Amino acid sequence: MKAPVVNAQAVDGPAVEASGLVAEYRIRRRPGQGRATVQAVSGVDFSIGRGRTLGLVGETGCGKSTLGRCLVGLVTPVAGRVTLDGTDAAAAGRGARTRLRRQVQLVFQDPYSSLNPRMSVGAILAEPLRIHGLHSGRRDTRVRELLELVGLDPDHTGRFPHQFSGGQRQRIGIARALAVEPRILVLDEPVSALDVSVQAGVVNLLEDLQEEFALTYLFIAHDLSVVRQISDDVAVMYLGRIVEHAPADRLYTFPYHPYTQALLSAVPIPDPRAERARKRIVLLGDAPSPLVPPSGCRFRTRCWKAQQICALEAPALADMGGGHLAACHFPETRVVT
Amino acid sequence: MEAVSHTEVVSHTASPPELLRVRDLTVEYRTDSGTAVAVEGLSFDVAEGQTLGIVGESGSGKSAASMAIMGLLPRSARVTGSIRFRGRELLSLADSELREIRGRRIAVIFQDALAALNPMMTVGAQIAEAVRVHDPSTSRASLVERATELLDVVGIPSPATRLGQYPHEFSGGMRQRVMIAMGIANEPDILIADEPTTALDVTVQAQVLDVIRRVQERTRTSVMLITHDLGVVAGLADRVMVMYAGRKVEEGPVEPVFYEPSHPYTRGLLAALPRIDRRTARLTQIPGRPPQPGERPAGCPFQPRCPHAEPAVCGDAGTVPVAVADSHSTACVRVHEIGGDR
Amino acid sequence: MSVQRAPVGPVAETASARRDLSGRRIVAKRFLRHRLAAAGTVALLALATCCFGASWIAPYPRNAQDLLTGARQPSIAHWLGTDDLGRDYLSEVLYAGQVSLSIGLCVAVLSTALGTLVGAIAGFTGGWAEEVIMRVTDLFLIVPGIAVLALALEGLGPSPVTIVLVLTGLGWTVIARVVRSQVISLREKEFVEAARVIGASGVRIITRHLLPNLVGVIAVNMSLAVAGAIILESTLSFLGFGIQPPQSSWGNLLTQAASLVGTPKAYLLYAPGAAILLTVLAVNFVGDGLRDAFDPQGRK
Repeated sequence: MKAPVVNAQAVDGPAVEASGLVAEYRIRRRPGQGRATVQAVSGVDFSIGRGRTLGLVGETGCGKSTLGRCLVGLVTPVAGRVTLDGTDAAAAGRGARTRLRRQVQLVFQDPYSSLNPRMSVGAILAEPLRIHGLHSGRRDTRVRELLELVGLDPDHTGRFPHQFSGGQRQRIGIARALAVEPRILVLDEPVSALDVSVQAGVVNLLEDLQEEFALTYLFIAHDLSVVRQISDDVAVMYLGRIVEHAPADRLYTFPYHPYTQALLSAVPIPDPRAERARKRIVLLGDAPSPLVPPSGCRFRTRCWKAQQICALEAPALADMGGGHLAACHFPETRVVT
Repeated sequence: MEAVSHTEVVSHTASPPELLRVRDLTVEYRTDSGTAVAVEGLSFDVAEGQTLGIVGESGSGKSAASMAIMGLLPRSARVTGSIRFRGRELLSLADSELREIRGRRIAVIFQDALAALNPMMTVGAQIAEAVRVHDPSTSRASLVERATELLDVVGIPSPATRLGQYPHEFSGGMRQRVMIAMGIANEPDILIADEPTTALDVTVQAQVLDVIRRVQERTRTSVMLITHDLGVVAGLADRVMVMYAGRKVEEGPVEPVFYEPSHPYTRGLLAALPRIDRRTARLTQIPGRPPQPGERPAGCPFQPRCPHAEPAVCGDAGTVPVAVADSHSTACVRVHEIGGDR
Repeated sequence: MSVQRAPVGPVAETASARRDLSGRRIVAKRFLRHRLAAAGTVALLALATCCFGASWIAPYPRNAQDLLTGARQPSIAHWLGTDDLGRDYLSEVLYAGQVSLSIGLCVAVLSTALGTLVGAIAGFTGGWAEEVIMRVTDLFLIVPGIAVLALALEGLGPSPVTIVLVLTGLGWTVIARVVRSQVISLREKEFVEAARVIGASGVRIITRHLLPNLVGVIAVNMSLAVAGAIILESTLSFLGFGIQPPQSSWGNLLTQAASLVGTPKAYLLYAPGAAILLTVLAVNFVGDGLRDAFDPQGRK
């Protein structure tokens, strides 16, 4: 369990709050058919307490990355609100918005494409300082501090990204995000491109940094094992909606939503006896296209419990006790791990 | 290419007859900056009906080794050692003889099913082609029948209609099933699955692994499952081979390797892995990173990252497998000294 | 609370424990290691020096006719011989080179600048601006270039300036397309998104993140444009629409000599032809060298 965070700036209320968030993107269909709108995020509510980590899991196309991009302002939601430290990001004035932007930074998945190959590491880390007018006069020192912070050699400011390994590049990406001294980090699959032996180091670094700077994390990943390791709370997304949201240990031990159960049961455990003894829930078929999501409960087309009501009415997130929220008409816990 | 001949020792032990016998396999690439060794002195066997899991991180040489067996390495690669399949030396076969074995006796499933399927051909035509290449006399009607049956085996619903569709009309998981169907079309003796589920979502991965398991039970084909995911190996493999920096560091039956890992790298890997069924206070990290092919240290390749390394011993120790138990070997010279220290 | 950090060793010091070079010097070093590119640069510089320094270097003054001598085979006095009017052919070729090289360079610079600007705007903004720009470039693609050039030069008169303008007008679309497609693929890269998240402005993203990644492509296209313009100018002159006598370019020297194939005076064809060939080859090698030199992952 994480140590309680002492934050001098702490005020009441969560660090991040989203309500009724809807985000869309337009895709070009085949030539001549014009464009179609895909609702990647369809009415999502959640909040993250200060210094805590919310793990956001789901499969490809469930909208978890789009949701993360709404928080950092790369995607503008078509409806709903994002509140950062109690301030509505969209309603804020220009100056306030720039300040808010600084509060939330993003760490990308791909350590190869997220660093400009033509900029030296020093230039990459100095750029945010220059843009926000931070540490003027001692920028070089600050850049060295940042490199040290993420466990890299401060003498390597003159090197270019391709001279580093994947894990080291990911550390540079983390240093860049930290350069503007944010309070919230959106981590979009930060370790999924890394090898296991390197991944552990980055996960540990993220935990250390959170403790040192009282950071709030939104940790987006498809790897449920990493999410369990790093998260205080976990939210499961399916086709643009959160279907279950609970404290991590509760969600992994007593999942209520059938999708969460299927997801957890599908993750292989590196333990031959346990793995072979498990009853796996194998879902039928693939997730439906987000272009035409099913009516009512979006999981009903692959759910073994689906009844008529599931097609008619979308279940709302309801409290199963102890802050454990699940959106299912027939919630029932089941041990799967 | 040269083949090193090995004296065959015919022994009648309890272990199942071996199908594939790899000895001293070395794969080198010539690059601008010299020779890069992808696989070094690799020896292992695959027995009839057995599933061998090959685990390693990127650059460990696990894919290069399987491509060498398939004879699918680029021309710039130099392969030495011996690969015997049912007693025949694959490395000294002519291309035409190798083609006869490849696809028919040894089949492969790749990670990227979309890239491995021809977008301009229907799925049915591609499966039929896989059959016809090795059996040109097959009639059209029986080809269709066979293709339908294969799609059914891999769990694709309404196979008869799906035959006429193109790869882009299939989802990622369905395409991987089509790849498996093509792989088993000629009832091969060995199916090499190279990261078959890495590109898939976890629920779809479960479906595909399920298909591989069912197909294996049904056809009794041997499977070489190459993956970086220890969980996948734990569920599917009979034996496990752990590779690091082009070499085998540990090999044995799945339970001893997972429960009593003897090589420090295997131990490190298992400890570094976050798990879904429990939470660790802090992940144990392996310092440093795997060496690039050009910068491998002399002696044990894991030595610079190893908590038990003794430079004097490990520096020129090489990687001779040490038996730690029945059919369980490790490439650590200090295995007996570090035995209990886990 | 103290935080433990595992030091992570550097990767790339294998043998290259060299000090960190500035980007520009790395590019220069890599370029010079490309042997053909270095040779191309030397050849181009030599050609340009000789042509533009023709007033000092050329053995005879420009247009110095000697009708009595007439056409003579190459000799010690006239290295490349003389033409029908008894002019020293080496001097003529050097003076003609002034026009050919200037046209090549001007067209390359102008069309690259215009094309890069238009292509970057189209790629970065997207939407209707992109549609309009790209439909215009499509239009240019289907227009038969030679016919347009011939018509335009008939109308405007074939001065070097009009030739440059017309060739630029036709040439910018090529680079515009290349730059646009590159910008579109770069725009999707995560490092551009990363720049947005840290608060970089559009101008900053284009100048600091997009354009530096295009330098290689732009350099290559510029070198191709030089070669293309010289060849087009020669073709035009050859067809009689280009530089008109008494002004001369390599193209119109070729035209004048064209009828001499198979006669003893065929030597008059070789010099301008070789000059064009040498320039185009040299420029292409330089382009290759630039592309490799600007590739950050390039061989060390």
